[in-house]
Amino acid sequence: MCVAIPARIKSIEGSLADVEVGGVLRKISVQLTPEARKDDYVLVHAGFAIHIIDEQEARETLKVFEELGALEDEREGFKDSRGQGFE
Amino acid sequence: MKFIDEYRDKDKIRTVLEEIHRRADEPLTLMEVCGTHTVSIARYGLRKVLPETIRLISGPGCPVCVTSNGDIDRAISMARIPGAAVATFGDMIRVPGSASTLALERANGQDVRVVYSPLDALKIAEENPGIKIIFDGVGFETTAPTVAATALEARTRGLKNFFIFSAHKTVPLALKALLSLGEVKLDGFLLPGHVSAIIGSHPYEFLAEEFGMACVISGFEPLDILQSILMLVRQAKSRRPKVEIQYRRGVDPGGNPKALEVMARAFEPADVEWRGIGQIPGTGLVLRDEFAELDASRVFNLPVPPAKEARGCRCGEVLRGVIRPEECALFAGLCTPQTPVGPCMVSFEGSCAAAYKYGS
Amino acid sequence: MNRGSEDLFSTDRVLLAHGSGGQLSHELVTSLFVKAFHNPILDRLDDMAVLEVGEKRWAFTTDSYVVTPIFFPGGDIGRLAVCGTVNDLSMSGANPLFLSAGFIVEEGFPIPSLEKIAASMQRAAEEAGVKIVTGDTKVVNRGGADQIFINTAGIGLIPEGVNISGGYARAGDRILLSGSIGDHGIAILSSREGLQFSTSIESDCAPLNGLVAAMVERSAEIHCLRDPTRGGLSSTLNELARQSGVGIWIEEDRIPIKEEVRGACELLGFDPLILANEGKLVAIVAPGAAGGILQRMRTHPYGRDAALIGEVREEPRGKVVMRTSIGTTRIVDLLVGEPLPRIC
Repeated sequence: MCVAIPARIKSIEGSLADVEVGGVLRKISVQLTPEARKDDYVLVHAGFAIHIIDEQEARETLKVFEELGALEDEREGFKDSRGQGFE
Repeated sequence: MKFIDEYRDKDKIRTVLEEIHRRADEPLTLMEVCGTHTVSIARYGLRKVLPETIRLISGPGCPVCVTSNGDIDRAISMARIPGAAVATFGDMIRVPGSASTLALERANGQDVRVVYSPLDALKIAEENPGIKIIFDGVGFETTAPTVAATALEARTRGLKNFFIFSAHKTVPLALKALLSLGEVKLDGFLLPGHVSAIIGSHPYEFLAEEFGMACVISGFEPLDILQSILMLVRQAKSRRPKVEIQYRRGVDPGGNPKALEVMARAFEPADVEWRGIGQIPGTGLVLRDEFAELDASRVFNLPVPPAKEARGCRCGEVLRGVIRPEECALFAGLCTPQTPVGPCMVSFEGSCAAAYKYGS
Repeated sequence: MNRGSEDLFSTDRVLLAHGSGGQLSHELVTSLFVKAFHNPILDRLDDMAVLEVGEKRWAFTTDSYVVTPIFFPGGDIGRLAVCGTVNDLSMSGANPLFLSAGFIVEEGFPIPSLEKIAASMQRAAEEAGVKIVTGDTKVVNRGGADQIFINTAGIGLIPEGVNISGGYARAGDRILLSGSIGDHGIAILSSREGLQFSTSIESDCAPLNGLVAAMVERSAEIHCLRDPTRGGLSSTLNELARQSGVGIWIEEDRIPIKEEVRGACELLGFDPLILANEGKLVAIVAPGAAGGILQRMRTHPYGRDAALIGEVREEPRGKVVMRTSIGTTRIVDLLVGEPLPRIC
């Protein structure tokens, strides 16, 4: 029930921060994430940062897939994964 | 975009899907309880690519859908107060109450404004001291702290024309009530990632311990959802149910203590009605007595006639996961996103709307 | 006592949603206006009327502009009024020639703003090579109009041999899009109350007759042309699918979207497919001609980012299907109501 988007903090002044998503800037409140700092990535919901994204954990999550993928390749030989195109 | 695009990677998705197909050899019924999951699953067509052994059903995860008719009627009656404006999230504006919607009220000349953040509503109040701005607070624990923080801010700024009408609700106890109904046989839950960013993982532990449910707290990108389903498949096979966090970049087991503190300062639990389910004790959030002067339901105590449910509407059963949208006789006939009978169809993240919009 | 949905939605009032270009707009037009005025020309429901006068075919169209804010990044209501009507004419393959301009102005509207708008309209007209030859001005009481409304009507000549209509798409045709979507929609939203976010995105408002002329010159095998304005790409493709009685298949990955537009959509919960565009077109062309037309488009300033985004098939008739960025498929449905930011 919650659209919350990862955004990068460009600057903080008091309890307000300027964040950036794909080049779009918005002012949001960091009242709920007082430890947030410039250059942190935060989850933004309804104009508030609700969580500081753990980049290490993000990398770990993706590594799992890479490992899974490597296992697959070993198991079945490399597959060509091209989808259908409209050419 | 960082932290989004990587989780939509085609190759990784194919890898996880293949692993799911390999592992899911026994039937599993999993319930997702977050409207944003409902939309993501529908938007990416995930049901169609999962193995047939996995049945994914939607639960009461759309806070808009579970807002009672009475609460919508009350918000509408507030819009009709002369000199008052209702500020609302876009999600709510077309949801039908007994006889109208906020959108229809606006068409009839009432002052209804869509905002993205409760702070935007606060700003409108500051800039328009002559208008009473009533913010329609809907949402679960992801949203409630933002409204709580706004209440505190209103108090600090000494605003006399800003009010909050709280229809906020909390998730964990509602899941308990749902399971206690015993209507659907479930094997596990895909738990809401952003609610959990606030409340952490501990409040769900009873699901595993008392009810034997496999639980995974999931992010919202297709890769997150698929990884979570894989984790649920593995948990179910191990016969050792627990609460795991897939969405580790977004959720700490202890949640967000500051947000929880702010939420508790402004709100306290109450017994409230969930549309389609009935009263669930302790799952509502109401403003504490110290904030009475901000509380729209106390300041504007308007009598509303008893709420009327729409003829033939089976939203309740859809919300409890008892039927799929397509099984409702009104689906795609009398009830469409354009002429919705119940909230499951009008809410962008309602199960019926998602099923209709993204097709089968 | 229960109520049915008919009670709630057989409203005898016009809603804002009736004007936003999606399903409700379509219904208002077909079940009210077309029903009242019906004739073979109107019934085709193209963006403009094609009139045979003697040996020549004239295209004739009209549109009204009520956008707020009236000045927005990349344009203003005047530029929009000229380009919008020029583009409607171009979508029939016509060469736009003359425009009329009717103004309904609210009492108290600043004259310098009116001058700015007029100057902007003239610039757009010059760029498009059209003349504004007649018009009208009305002033209404304060509150009778939201600052200024502009109506433009336009006529143009359709060259011989050019036959373009929303009903001509056939299975096998390719679908081309002239550039990135959502720019105009986001530029407008970025200046609205309650949503404030800042972006360098500007409206793509532009006259497309030059681009169309270049395309038509290159090939006689253009079946349909349409500009995805209100209701966005989704509405346009759905209309074409319906009008031609075909299925339209597109690929999400091939649709050009600027990074910032994507960011704004993610932030506010918008679907880029339903956002308005004022300087883009969709072309449905014969398969053999697609490559050549695409190349031609890319040499034109308003077609630099042109892309092949899909193809036409027999089924599902009247519907649009999209292959998502992760390789699954889903239906692209018409927008219902106005585009709304979501938190859920």
